[in-house]
Amino acid sequence: MRVPVSWLVEHLGFDEVPTPDELAEAFTRIGIEVEEVSPLGPVTGPIVAGRVVEIEELTEFKKPIRYCRVEVGPEQVNQIICGATNFVEGDSVVVALPGAVLPGGFAISERKTYGRVSQGMICASDELGIGDDHSGILVLPTGTAQPGDDALELLGLNDSVIELAPTPDRGYAFSVRGLAREIACALDVPFGDPGVVEIPEPEGEAWPVHIEDRPGCSRFTARRVTGVDPTAPTPWWMRRRLMLAGMRSISLPVDVTNYVMLELGQPLHAFDAASLSGALTVRRALAGEKLTTLDDQVRALDADDIVIADDSGVISLAGVMGGASTEVGDSSSDILLEAANWDPASIARTVRRHKLPSEAAKRFERTVDPALAPVALERAAKLLNHYAEGQIKPGRTDVGVPALPAPVSMPIDLPDRIAGVRYARGVTARRLGQIGCQVSVTTSEEGQTIVTAVPPTWRADLVQPADLVEEVLRLEGYDTIPSVLPPAPAGRGLTEQQRRRRTVWRTLAEDGFVEVKPFPFIDPSVFDAFGLPADDIRRNTVGVLNPLEADKNVLATTLLPGLLETLQRNLARGAKDVSLYNIAQVTLPRAQQVPVPSLGVDRRPTEAEVASLQAALPHQPLHVAGVLTGHRELAGWWGKGRTADWSDAVEAARRAAQAYGVQLRVVASDLLPWHPGRCAELRVGDWPVGHAGELHPKVIEALGLPKRTVAFELDLDALPLDDHRPAPMVSAYPPVLLDVALVVDASVPVQSVSEVLGASAGDLLEDIRLFDVYTGEQAGEGKKSLAYSLRFRAPDRTLTVEEATSARDAAVAAAAERLGAALRT
Amino acid sequence: MSGANDPYDPKQVAALSAEHLDAAVRKAREAFAGAADLEALAAVKPGHLGDRSPVLLARREIGALPPKAKAEAGKRVNEAQSAIRTAFDERFAVLQVERDERVLREESVDVTLPWDRFPRGARHPITTLAERIGDVFVAMGYEIAEGPELETEWFNFDALNFGKDHPARSMQDTFYVAPGDSQLVLRTHTSPVQARTLLDRELPVYVVCPGRTFRTDELDATHTPVFHQVEGLAVDKGLTMGHLKGTLDAFARAMFGEDSKTRLRPSFFPFTEPSAEVDVWFPEKKGGAGWVEWGGCGMVNPNVLRATGVDPDVYSGFAFGMGLERTLQFRNGLPDMRDMVEGDVRFTQPFGTEA
Repeated sequence: MRVPVSWLVEHLGFDEVPTPDELAEAFTRIGIEVEEVSPLGPVTGPIVAGRVVEIEELTEFKKPIRYCRVEVGPEQVNQIICGATNFVEGDSVVVALPGAVLPGGFAISERKTYGRVSQGMICASDELGIGDDHSGILVLPTGTAQPGDDALELLGLNDSVIELAPTPDRGYAFSVRGLAREIACALDVPFGDPGVVEIPEPEGEAWPVHIEDRPGCSRFTARRVTGVDPTAPTPWWMRRRLMLAGMRSISLPVDVTNYVMLELGQPLHAFDAASLSGALTVRRALAGEKLTTLDDQVRALDADDIVIADDSGVISLAGVMGGASTEVGDSSSDILLEAANWDPASIARTVRRHKLPSEAAKRFERTVDPALAPVALERAAKLLNHYAEGQIKPGRTDVGVPALPAPVSMPIDLPDRIAGVRYARGVTARRLGQIGCQVSVTTSEEGQTIVTAVPPTWRADLVQPADLVEEVLRLEGYDTIPSVLPPAPAGRGLTEQQRRRRTVWRTLAEDGFVEVKPFPFIDPSVFDAFGLPADDIRRNTVGVLNPLEADKNVLATTLLPGLLETLQRNLARGAKDVSLYNIAQVTLPRAQQVPVPSLGVDRRPTEAEVASLQAALPHQPLHVAGVLTGHRELAGWWGKGRTADWSDAVEAARRAAQAYGVQLRVVASDLLPWHPGRCAELRVGDWPVGHAGELHPKVIEALGLPKRTVAFELDLDALPLDDHRPAPMVSAYPPVLLDVALVVDASVPVQSVSEVLGASAGDLLEDIRLFDVYTGEQAGEGKKSLAYSLRFRAPDRTLTVEEATSARDAAVAAAAERLGAALRT
Repeated sequence: MSGANDPYDPKQVAALSAEHLDAAVRKAREAFAGAADLEALAAVKPGHLGDRSPVLLARREIGALPPKAKAEAGKRVNEAQSAIRTAFDERFAVLQVERDERVLREESVDVTLPWDRFPRGARHPITTLAERIGDVFVAMGYEIAEGPELETEWFNFDALNFGKDHPARSMQDTFYVAPGDSQLVLRTHTSPVQARTLLDRELPVYVVCPGRTFRTDELDATHTPVFHQVEGLAVDKGLTMGHLKGTLDAFARAMFGEDSKTRLRPSFFPFTEPSAEVDVWFPEKKGGAGWVEWGGCGMVNPNVLRATGVDPDVYSGFAFGMGLERTLQFRNGLPDMRDMVEGDVRFTQPFGTEA
């Protein structure tokens, strides 16, 4: 809401008017956010009112250009070139004469343009810094000024506009009235309420109105003004204020409704009474009904939209935008003014549904003072009477019973207890009175002092003690609240899971991976690039209804698409050796979608209700994933380095799991998007928790990735929180080291050989390590040779070679028996 | 060599003569001194200390001497041999030191060679910041709470006192998920964890929740649709807004140094009443110390307590929330938030594992 300071202070009894910055500071301190303080101008030099004497249309140019003779003072006529066409001979305009400087340092001089000498400029409002309208030059209402009058005073450029963003609970603050009252409270100055006017007793109705939908419309008032001079211009002072508030001048009746809305906060609508047929009905729209709104859009109405209808059908989208058929036009002289109270929630839905935010709807959504309607009507009718000789008809329609705020009681020291402050005696009652509450203080049966506040009609937001507390605290100033650290409770620190997750996070970084955080929104076509079959579980995604990027419209079920896209971005920017990781939730829909139960908020939900809320949510486990390409160990003066391969992906996944306290087992797998011969399924026991390996060449080709790009992904939440409590016994006796080479079929997984050896060598085996794998002639066709070093040690004595050898032989025998392994000699 | 039993004076045996032995010692010394290195020294050693060296050959003559002459001759030979041995040892020691020094000298390398053999990894600065904040609050006795990112509207809005069609719901531009009536949203703030915490935990509760949040803001230098917040919640008997202020001040000091502090401005959030915006005094602000908008806070709205079964007449609480991207942006002076989401390794690497 933009408000000129001059308008704001009109209602305040200042001995000395504060500066705009002081006002802004006061607003901020009591919780009305200040977006901007804009002083008008600066404008210097000769700026005067002028009268257009003669217009010569120049036709030799591509666009219309006018060469005007403008009277700019007694006996002084200047020739001025002008590109606007929204004025006629005799109009009163604002002329910047040579020597003037307009906002933005725009200096005016006599100069030759379009083949003529131009002695000044006829100004548009934006060029003067009093609005953003550049649709034409500023034409002043007739009689506003005489040629040669100083326009600086006329334009009121010694003023500032404060732009405010009141919070949505404070509907009353979307008006000069409400904002002036806030300043009165903040600075303790007298306030003259423009909402207090004398309302004459009506004689009958202004127009017959029926409210069929009481929840949608709590009050509907109307007043009729006839004989309005349709040619009457909007007075300059009103136009100026509208412009400064960011609204365009349309016609006097429309300007009046907007002006009163800005001043009081009550939106008004003006109907052309001559276009109305029969009584007005307030109801919900019917299926199939349409309305052409003021912006000439035909809108299909929803059965939830509140409308005003007459005998011809719907004529207005209530509280949001009027209809074209009953619009006040150039010749309207019989005007029906409407002021009503609409259901905020319905208005909000209609605005969203039709994507039709309006100044009126903004106020109705935030609740309009239900006592204001007749006041606003009176104010508007009087303005039409004064400026367009309209006759105010004696009737007034006033149907419906508005809900008034209910009294709120609280212990009088509640503000002190919530703030942690001892306020001076009487502060609570005084502050509540200041904002307009009727305040009474009583003593309860327990002897407690209770304050009861009947909120003013404009404060529908004051419904519970906490709301009153906030009023006291904010007006007393949050800066008076002390800073006290609460006594520390005994916390239990991080959970086991939180600690282990942190270790995973750190381990991968220490291992050379760079953490990235791609968005969870992915393009489902990536699953085609991955070559996933139609029934792959990862294609079962949750869709986003309003994605920012149209094609990235599902939530990730795997972290790989986001990581690979980030990898591509790095490669496109010139990186070569890249290792990335991401730890994030993925979203996995449940097999059976469970509807969300409908729960209130007036009590704690039952355990069953909480469980059903939880059941309605997709599974969202925390995954860790990584991708690598290029060198794992860099090339340099020490050598050629080493290119990342499938085993780096497996190792990274295993290290991540180890950091979590879990040893992963590896089983050959062929899950896409991995290479069917280079894909490891990672298991805890027999339970699969992830995959690692080289990506499928087709996937690499489809995504334009470097050859042999490798990746892993692991479900961190599937890893058990094993009780990791080692108690190692370290023997100080010397070890016996033995090597053994076994030849097995090439198809036998190394892990099985290692497991059999490890399990069969007995307790004396301290460590087993594969140090070479050989395939070739000497191993034999379809065979491979595995070379292991075994380290044996006894806990209580020096082990003999014989003992170690017999343990080794037992292990070899087991490998021979179970895996067909032969000792290589 | 003389024949056995010849009665002769050892002084007359040429090999045992003082002149002869002195000459042998002198020659040995010359030879050792002339050896340039350990190899040369080893090469000349047998000629002066070996079996066929003059002194050892001389020693053989002693046996043939008359007994009374043996002692004298033996002493002379011993002295000569000892002198040669000493000369050798001294020279050996010198050459050994020379050799050792040379070897070390020759083995020296250019230690300024680059050592970036393994690519450096790094954690995302948002991760590190979230961890840091978690540690600050854990040190104050808080625990870390968690919640899902795809959330029910009940937790994200209803339980937090957002009226069904209240404009506050549209203040936070929300991502909705299919189907249209799913009543599920990507959480617009970490505040649903407040309601979850109050349902899950025994009172009193003191928790913080760092987490990822979502709003339909276009990505630009100061906005990102996917961002992170940290939420704080304390519900206990007798908690005041002064306690909130004290907690925020302690948080500010932990993050921005002892000179930092916070300032509250009245504001509105459906789930707190009274509500406030938090500004933080940032001593290292670009262009000079000053206030920076940091987050929102307030006293937990009694309606939130009621919806989670906490008696607002017995308990009160405070809550606060800050954006991590924004915090990182002003703390580190980062001009463009897009760098935090694009995942360019050149952005993240300098942060290392601790930032």
